Amino acid sequence: MAYPYRHERETRVLSEGFGDPRARTVAGWREFGGYRGIARALEIGRAETIDEVRRSGLRGRGGAGFPTGLKWSFMPKDARRPHYLLCNADESEPGTFKDREIIRWTPHQLIEGCLVGSYAIGASHCYIYLRGEFFESNQIMARALEEAYREGIVGKDILGSGVDIDITLHVGAGAYICGEETGLMNSLEGRRGEPRIKPPFPAAVGAFGMPTTINNVETLAATAHILRHGGDWYRQWGTDKSPGTKLFCVSGHVNRPGNYELPLGFPLMELIEDICGGMREGRALKAVIPGGSSVPVMSADECRDCSLCYEGVEAAGSMLGCASVIVMDETADIVRQVRRMAQFYAHESCGQCTPCREGTAWATRILRRIEDGRGTEDDLDTLLQISDQMTGTTICVLSDSLAAPVISSIRKFREDYLALVRRGERVGVA
Amino acid sequence: MASNGRKADTVTLTIDGREVAVPRGTSLLQAAAALGIEVPHYCYHPGLSAPAQCRICLVEVEGAPKLQPSCVTIAQDGQTVHTDSELARGMRQGVLEFYLVNHPLDCPICDMSGECSLQDYVFAEGRERGRAQEPKRVFGRDDFGGDVLYYGDRCVMCTRCVRFMDEVARDSRLTVVERGDRAVIDTFFDSGLDGASFAGNVVDICPVGALVSKDFLHKARAWDLDHAPSVCPNCSQGCNIELHTRDNLVQRLKPRENPEVNGHWMCDYGRSRYEWMNRTGRIERPAMGRGEERSEADWPGTLEALAARLAGNEGEIAIVASPFCSVEALGALSQLAKEAGEAAAAVFRSPRAGDEDPLPGFPLLVRRRDLAPNVDGARLLGYARTGTDDGSGGLDEVAAHRGVVFVLGDDLNDQPDDFGAAADLFVYLGTFDSPAARNADFVLPVTTFAEEEGTFVNAQRRVQRFGQGLRAPGSARPAWLVLGALLAFLKSGKTPANAAEAFAALADEIPALSGMSHESIGPGGVRLEAAHA
Ligand SMILES: Cc1cc2nc3c(=O)[nH]c(=O)nc-3n(C[C@H](O)[C@H](O)[C@H](O)COP(=O)(O)O)c2cc1C
Ligand code: SF4
Ligand code: SF4
Ligand code: SF4
Repeated sequence: MAYPYRHERETRVLSEGFGDPRARTVAGWREFGGYRGIARALEIGRAETIDEVRRSGLRGRGGAGFPTGLKWSFMPKDARRPHYLLCNADESEPGTFKDREIIRWTPHQLIEGCLVGSYAIGASHCYIYLRGEFFESNQIMARALEEAYREGIVGKDILGSGVDIDITLHVGAGAYICGEETGLMNSLEGRRGEPRIKPPFPAAVGAFGMPTTINNVETLAATAHILRHGGDWYRQWGTDKSPGTKLFCVSGHVNRPGNYELPLGFPLMELIEDICGGMREGRALKAVIPGGSSVPVMSADECRDCSLCYEGVEAAGSMLGCASVIVMDETADIVRQVRRMAQFYAHESCGQCTPCREGTAWATRILRRIEDGRGTEDDLDTLLQISDQMTGTTICVLSDSLAAPVISSIRKFREDYLALVRRGERVGVA
Repeated sequence: MASNGRKADTVTLTIDGREVAVPRGTSLLQAAAALGIEVPHYCYHPGLSAPAQCRICLVEVEGAPKLQPSCVTIAQDGQTVHTDSELARGMRQGVLEFYLVNHPLDCPICDMSGECSLQDYVFAEGRERGRAQEPKRVFGRDDFGGDVLYYGDRCVMCTRCVRFMDEVARDSRLTVVERGDRAVIDTFFDSGLDGASFAGNVVDICPVGALVSKDFLHKARAWDLDHAPSVCPNCSQGCNIELHTRDNLVQRLKPRENPEVNGHWMCDYGRSRYEWMNRTGRIERPAMGRGEERSEADWPGTLEALAARLAGNEGEIAIVASPFCSVEALGALSQLAKEAGEAAAAVFRSPRAGDEDPLPGFPLLVRRRDLAPNVDGARLLGYARTGTDDGSGGLDEVAAHRGVVFVLGDDLNDQPDDFGAAADLFVYLGTFDSPAARNADFVLPVTTFAEEEGTFVNAQRRVQRFGQGLRAPGSARPAWLVLGALLAFLKSGKTPANAAEAFAALADEIPALSGMSHESIGPGGVRLEAAHA
């Protein structure tokens, strides 16, 4: 079965095996050059492995874009206590569906990444925390892990190196907040999935109270390639501040939505017009959410010259996040979309922090009232003020994640709100 | 800064324009408290871990990119902190408005009204009018078992109750279920808090009226209660407490903080046993004469007659006293006995529990086996235990004693009608009449600890003061006063004017108490050994 999302302008590093069932076996993955990254890492040693990743400039693909090599270097160098690597496969950000594809097509790519990361930070145990609803990925991953154990790639004395690394697949119960790194740790430990206050940071006190590094699926997958080919090789793509390739999850009103691997810095409009085959039914672009539902909405104007790298999207007034590009055409009902997102955050808030617990739910109620034509202009001010008080005031950034789309949509699409407020008129239908 | 490279153990910072020096490791919230500035807070409690989740204690720290939770932010040298800047105040107002989005504001029927942090903070800094228009979410009421009721609608999700059970009681029986604004506190399965021995504390630490006591429910408004500092009389731990009274009745007991005895806590056994302090049917007037001949008299006449009998006494003296009596009373009685004759026996009886019940997260606090407050004081003053572990028996010799018999505070419930029939003189100082007191020549009404001031010695050998919470019934008087007056007759001395003077008289004579006074004992108590160190 050919992978449905393909385009000749893609740069396939991570997605090379997508659509090819052979990549799901150890032998098949070896044909793709697999397990050479970890072999090289074991050869050059821990410090060099971290250096290689640092040289590549790889930034975390889980949303925040934190430099991976730097993160790894925060781990204590001694081995007095167990270290853990956590692979964040909770992928629940609305609009995001890249980690699922890595796992269901190339599970060994992730296993290799987990081995590289574990080895680099001196962890002999890695947990893959998989989103609860990913049934197919769960089966595929479990089967691949079993085979890797059988082949001596995971477990005791991996690849005959004398190094022990276990990998445990842990399936969550389906909560967005368990994708937040410390919420994930609590959940893994069998507690409520509630983010922890920082400090202490995970590198000092993480899972089970031990030094821990947590990385996204795509981040770890990329390190397998970086170790195989070298950090400088990875820098042939992308920009200085955003090296490498990235999976872009495109959804919404385009002709060919899907997962596309492109070098960072790729122009947003070319992604829409060329890679995704343009806007559906030739309609005009209205808005783009470039990084998953947690980032500010961009107006069509802001999209014009935006290039898809961390600094590029920031300059255009939003954030690259995990590169989940949600495209909306002129028929989109912004108020409804924002209300729907708010409802998501209200549902997923863990409920610890007052501004988030109460603010997400209250904002949702106000947005629903506006949507129903019973809002006032004062409600918009209230929403802006609530959002302001939800930004930078809580334990994790789920709270800020609701505030971002609310604030940006009211600023950039005030007319849509006003139409509803003044005349009860809905703009758009979708 | 110390120049030897070690960090000085205090840091100096400026909070709201005032400088303060605090030990290294102090949180900003505590540093502010040292200046008398209360930073509003819900989830923080000094006896629990700080999850920094209520977000109302956010303060402005110069140089920090955003507001910092003062409960977990550690004070640094040279820091400049604003708890009252426009930013901090605005944030608090916002958080308070968030709280009220779903809060029912049913203060008129809420037991917490008048001592509620939400009410207080909103009154001080909240918006005049809330902007939330939609219906609030509704949970209703849940019986958590034990003495505890939960009103979910009022809950501010501070999780103090959950953390108390986890960290202090180490008996995880409460948890948060659901998430977002559907989150509520709940118990596991059906057992709830039934049988937990320290669960009453969750009612105390709940900052709002979400957890309330079934026993206290709708009994009194907070502002109608008087608070008297006291000591729990229900075991020899002597937890520091307050008696909350209204209309001369104890309405509830609340723990009073003492880091060396009970922390912020007390046990449910002690907390729930206060009704006896309100019992009616007390002996209200002194009386003289045995059996049919008994008749009421006034205090001066009674004391004079008794003093005359004691002055002419030649018999040996046997005493039964209760460890519910104060050091002052027990001491005055043994001094009086010394003055009036040879001692035959001095005993006390007290119920003993089968085992101790410690509070795991605060191991200093143990519900002790001795279920009376002054067992150690009685021992110190020369009284010996007698009887069984249910506090009965052991009085055969005293019952048949031929000399003088003094009974103080023990109501002789298990004793036969002919108790003291053989005595030359039988003096009964008590609160309730008893069939076994029918042979008493003198019946002297005395007060309970709740109606007087005094001291107890707890199981840690700590002398602790308690204050008066109730008015005495009729002409009942503190035992130290009655006994002090008799002693004054015998020695032609002075009757002590108050419990402090009664204590001072003892301190002069009893080596273990020498040098101590009510003043030196203070509100937190002093250990006997420490007083002599
Ligand atoms: C509410 C919330 C949800 C998150 N969900 C995910 C997720 O599903 N997957 C993920 O990789 N990172 C998620 N993150 C980001 C993680 O906290 C963390 O930054 C990331 O896993 C680090 O990996 P990286 O350095 O490889 O990007 C989430 C963050 C927040 C605040
Ligand atoms: S911000 Fe929201 S989701 Fe994050 S810890 Fe606080 S309440 Fe939980
Ligand atoms: S019941 Fe009270 S103590 Fe417990 S979480 Fe709610 S407000 Fe806090
Ligand atoms: S431990 Fe003893 S003193 Fe403390 S509250 Fe319980 S009964 Fe009273």
